[in-house]
Amino acid sequence: MTTTQAPVAPAQQNTSTDITVEVVYRGIFQKTLAQRICRGVVLAARKSGHPGTAFARYGDSPERNGVPAKQFAVVAADDTQLEASMARYEPSVVDVTVAVDDTLVKGVESWAWYGRQPIWKPTKADGFVIVTSDKSPDEVLAQTDKAERPYTLAIVPGGASFAGLWVYKDDHTDWRVLGAIAKVAPEWLPLQQVKALVREQTKDETAVASVQFGHDATVFRPVAVGEGTSGHEVLQFEKPGWTTMRPGIVVDARKPGERNPFYKKYGARTQRPVVNFDTCIKCTMCWLDCPDECFEVTPTGHYEVVYEACIGCGICAQVCPVKDCIVMVDELKFDENQDKWQLWQKDRAAYNAWFEQKSGVSAEPKSKAAAAATGGDD
Amino acid sequence: MAVEVKATPTTEVETEQLLTGCEAIAEAIRLADVDVMAAYPIRPYDGVMQAAAKLIANGKMDVEYIVADGEHSQFEIVKHASAVGSRVFVGSSGVGWFYAFEAIAVTAGLRLPVVAICGNRALDDPGAFGTEHNDSLAVRDLGWLLPWAETAQESMDLALMAWRVAEDKRVSLPIAIGLDGAFLTHSQQPVKVPTKAAVDAFLPKYDLGDRLLHPDNPITIAPQVDQDWLMEIRRQNDAAMRKALTVITEAHADFKRIFGRGGDSPFLDEYMTDDAEVVFFGQGTLALPMKVAIRRLRAQGHKVGLVRLKWFRPFPTQEIVKSLTRFKAVGVIDRDYSFGSPFYGGVLYNEVRSALYSQTKRPTVVGFIAGLGGREIEQPMANEIFEKTMAAGRGDLSVGDQCHWIGVRD
Ligand code: SF4
Ligand code: SF4
Repeated sequence: MTTTQAPVAPAQQNTSTDITVEVVYRGIFQKTLAQRICRGVVLAARKSGHPGTAFARYGDSPERNGVPAKQFAVVAADDTQLEASMARYEPSVVDVTVAVDDTLVKGVESWAWYGRQPIWKPTKADGFVIVTSDKSPDEVLAQTDKAERPYTLAIVPGGASFAGLWVYKDDHTDWRVLGAIAKVAPEWLPLQQVKALVREQTKDETAVASVQFGHDATVFRPVAVGEGTSGHEVLQFEKPGWTTMRPGIVVDARKPGERNPFYKKYGARTQRPVVNFDTCIKCTMCWLDCPDECFEVTPTGHYEVVYEACIGCGICAQVCPVKDCIVMVDELKFDENQDKWQLWQKDRAAYNAWFEQKSGVSAEPKSKAAAAATGGDD
Repeated sequence: MAVEVKATPTTEVETEQLLTGCEAIAEAIRLADVDVMAAYPIRPYDGVMQAAAKLIANGKMDVEYIVADGEHSQFEIVKHASAVGSRVFVGSSGVGWFYAFEAIAVTAGLRLPVVAICGNRALDDPGAFGTEHNDSLAVRDLGWLLPWAETAQESMDLALMAWRVAEDKRVSLPIAIGLDGAFLTHSQQPVKVPTKAAVDAFLPKYDLGDRLLHPDNPITIAPQVDQDWLMEIRRQNDAAMRKALTVITEAHADFKRIFGRGGDSPFLDEYMTDDAEVVFFGQGTLALPMKVAIRRLRAQGHKVGLVRLKWFRPFPTQEIVKSLTRFKAVGVIDRDYSFGSPFYGGVLYNEVRSALYSQTKRPTVVGFIAGLGGREIEQPMANEIFEKTMAAGRGDLSVGDQCHWIGVRD
């Protein structure tokens, strides 16, 4: 059910207390974007006389490429309410969660001991989860962890903006998201105030129009308890007490050949590589250059991605010398992390159909030379 | 290892030798079978470097002797060597000690039983090589155990104790023995050097257990933990420091049994306190001139004694309370300073006062800053300390609850 009507569960927020907005983003790539959104919330609320503060989750620094990070904006009715929310690393409950990359709905794994957290984990009952996405709310919900509390999913049209850290290439995602926040929390961020702020700051009517567009184009999808997927892996980590942890700041290391069972990193992925084993010439480049040693050598001498370890950096696809042999594909197109060589080995036609469906490119060998190089030994 | 060690029979009988504090430490390094020592010269600690190098050159000792490119690397080397299972020794003085500070701080956090000496020396500037305790005391809050020696004999004895206490799994913390520059590091005194067999009976082999950093035991040491783990880590260090009191007491009892030395208490050395009305309180070599003063004052009929602190960390609060509440007044002599501290007193002064605060019956505590930069504590100074402590004992608050600079030119 998709609706552009007002949310079914009108906010319990009221201007007598406060509102907390979190922006979940891809470390480094979207840091500036998250900062601009949080600052925008605080500055716009200021126009209505509400004090506020914006801060980044301190533990995310130094940020790691693509690893989920968070920034926050807290706006309060008065200074006492605001101060009660300050001197924190991370609010435990938020009114609005914003994810500026739709693949973040597959879970937030920032550190080993955070586990893999559902995107809505800190979102309060009847709160909002705003996601920038080109997909429909139902497509996004299908990849979101099963709801334990009711909330409203709000989709702001637009892909994940990797606008940059040092050089910020503004694609108006910040203004669209602010428009969406104005829609879900009008009592704190009246649309007119947000537009006035953006007009003041940018002197650019197209930016103001983007606020209006974000506001108008955002669609709501009320989510009931139990809606969503239970297909994601549960990753939880028990933090030890001082009597139970090993002295000397010692933790078990990976044994040779073992992968980290606590921190899997795949939550850093926006895209994943898929491999065409038929065109692979076994040059070893992907295996050599993958920064996370994700490739396993198969009995046929091919190289398969261990998806639990892959961070989706795209280097393998770049170094692979065979055209379309490794293709990076939108992570939301997948709902599992199975390694794929076995499937190819068992049923090539089925595997190649899967490869074509996911990647959108032909599985056919591109040249005779490439085909010859793969033949005969498997 | 450049030096080939010939099979030298270890001394089978206890001998008495005339040794400086540094040479006594070098003998302890030999007797404890230290695996790795890292060195970098700075006076007065470097006496140990020379003495140890000589033992190696003469074929008397086999130790991996690494001369570092500075104190920071020097302390990092032993930290890592300790993590891979080596018994280690290191040391420095004054600002050299400070140059190693990052490594010093993390060694305690990592619970690695590095044994060091700090040849106590005034901090530069200005250049002054005599003793002052601020170098050692700078690490007092970090998890290092800090004993102070009075004599060359005690230097050796504390070193042997140090490996045993530091490497005990209940403690697993580094130790820095304070050796007063010049008065102890460079002064020769008769020292009883025990047999290797006796030391072996006292000092078990170093065993890190499942914390050993080794390919067969894959572990990660010190991952980034943020606020999520840090308090638990600190609390563990706190527990280890508390446990150290018990471990020192046990080691001291064993030491006495095996070597026949060490005094009644592992923590305090009491001198003529049985009937004393007032006592001096301090650590290190200042006990020597103060003991002389006490003998002279006693000849004049004054009931005065000395309580010398042997371990500053862990601070033996219970023992100190038990001891000092017996007296009317305590004159704490600090060979250190803590500018701007309560009552402008030294570090020891404020620790002692704090320890006594909750006692209903407590002595007046008078503070004295004396002997800085190695200035000698002469008898007139000792008398002045005595007069002021007595006056405080009589209730003269113009001298009590205050700190006095002794032997400073106006
Ligand atoms: S995208 Fe390729 S190179 Fe990058 S982590 Fe994944 S498998 Fe390795
Ligand atoms: S880089 Fe491409 S061609 Fe080379 S081994 Fe990897 S998948 Fe095969």
